Amino acid sequence: MRNLRAASVLIGVLLLTACSGGIQPWVKPYERDRLADPIMVWDRDATSAAYLDHVYESREGSRGGTGSAGGGCGCN
Amino acid sequence: MQMTRLCRLLVPLAALAAVLARTASAAVLPDDRADLFYSKYSGGGMDITGESVSARKKFTENFALDYSYFIDKVSGASVDVLSQASVIKDERKQNTVNMTLVHDKTTYSLSYSNSIERDYISNTPHASLSQDMFGDLTTVTLGFGRTRDKVGENNGTAFVPNVAWLGHAESRSYELGFSQILTRNWITSLNFNVITDDGYLANPYRSIRYLDPTAAKGYSLGSQIYPDTRTSTAVEIRTKYYLPYRAAAALSYRYFRDTWSIVADTFEFDYTQPISNLWILEGRFRYYQQSHASFYSDLFPFANSQNYMARDKDLAASKNYTLGAKATYAFLPEGWKLFKRGTATLDVSEIRFKYLDFTDIKDYDNTPAGGNFAPGDEPLYHFNAVIYQLYLSMFF
Repeated sequence: MRNLRAASVLIGVLLLTACSGGIQPWVKPYERDRLADPIMVWDRDATSAAYLDHVYESREGSRGGTGSAGGGCGCN
Repeated sequence: MQMTRLCRLLVPLAALAAVLARTASAAVLPDDRADLFYSKYSGGGMDITGESVSARKKFTENFALDYSYFIDKVSGASVDVLSQASVIKDERKQNTVNMTLVHDKTTYSLSYSNSIERDYISNTPHASLSQDMFGDLTTVTLGFGRTRDKVGENNGTAFVPNVAWLGHAESRSYELGFSQILTRNWITSLNFNVITDDGYLANPYRSIRYLDPTAAKGYSLGSQIYPDTRTSTAVEIRTKYYLPYRAAAALSYRYFRDTWSIVADTFEFDYTQPISNLWILEGRFRYYQQSHASFYSDLFPFANSQNYMARDKDLAASKNYTLGAKATYAFLPEGWKLFKRGTATLDVSEIRFKYLDFTDIKDYDNTPAGGNFAPGDEPLYHFNAVIYQLYLSMFF
């Protein structure tokens, strides 16, 4: 919890610094063709990503942090 | 108390996100899509097949609905269940509905998921809000989900079930994410996730074992007793880079810890290589390690030796490796009628699980046929699992 609080405060400070006008957007909209390529999407296939998360969460002691939600046990 | 502190942090950040909203280009919804999905998992004494249909439809430029139906069919049981119970046949059905609304640079998402097994019912409403800012270089996401589970135990057979409902569990998930474009080739994200649980958290099908000189095997089995609460924190950083010859490499690391003293690390590397406009090939390597829960033991010294006791292998110290390969073929690369594109994907993964303090008492015991192992000296358990996924995707 302490780690989470410290990281949140740090990111908040960075955001406020950026808002104060010192930092301008450095990648223009017309420079984002590569980032828009489908191979740059985090999880191209949501069903498959959610399925693999469920496989791991049912067999490991850890969970969360991956941005997808699941339900059920499936753990016999 | 901890949640109150978290909320004190999240609320100002949400307000900051709203203040930073500007009126340039708006967030965009992805294309409509429909998927047919099939999966097969084999390993550790279990065979699980999964089938799914899902669809996403934009009704206007800023409103979309998603629906997915998933069914898992399980046969067999993992080693810690098989050591005291018969083979299990079961199925799990999950329905999920998701609504997404885009307003200017803000994306609102609301979803509801319901999962039903014969002995386990789970319902999860979830809400999230994403805000693009700094010339759309930064996206901040806040999410909250609440899961209510009803946990039971089937005391009958696979064909004539007799389920005793043991209790309820409730969990709350608090999510905070940042995604940042670093250069025209490089994107990275940072995700925090705190989950709190309250209620019946044990797995009723698994047992502890303790030394018992009066038993033929030298040990007896007893009920697991778990704490009623758990709080976990996961922090994940991931980064993806576009390589000069049109390929992508991604790295991620997740740190996890919880109030049961489990600490875990997950590393993953993915490489994506398209070939012309017909194929996308992908390779994946994942490594995972965790320490055991504070109340876990493979063999307790005597019955009722602790307030909380578990011998669930998911709570043991363990590590696993995954190697995966995925190929996507565009069978309709230029589209057809209302379809913009059609693809077929085959994904094969192998996971190698190794347990560091969980022994295999199913295959080994103190009889001559079992290897004459004294309780606690049995070989450590390990197994390999193979996962096949096959799916058809239509974009329109």
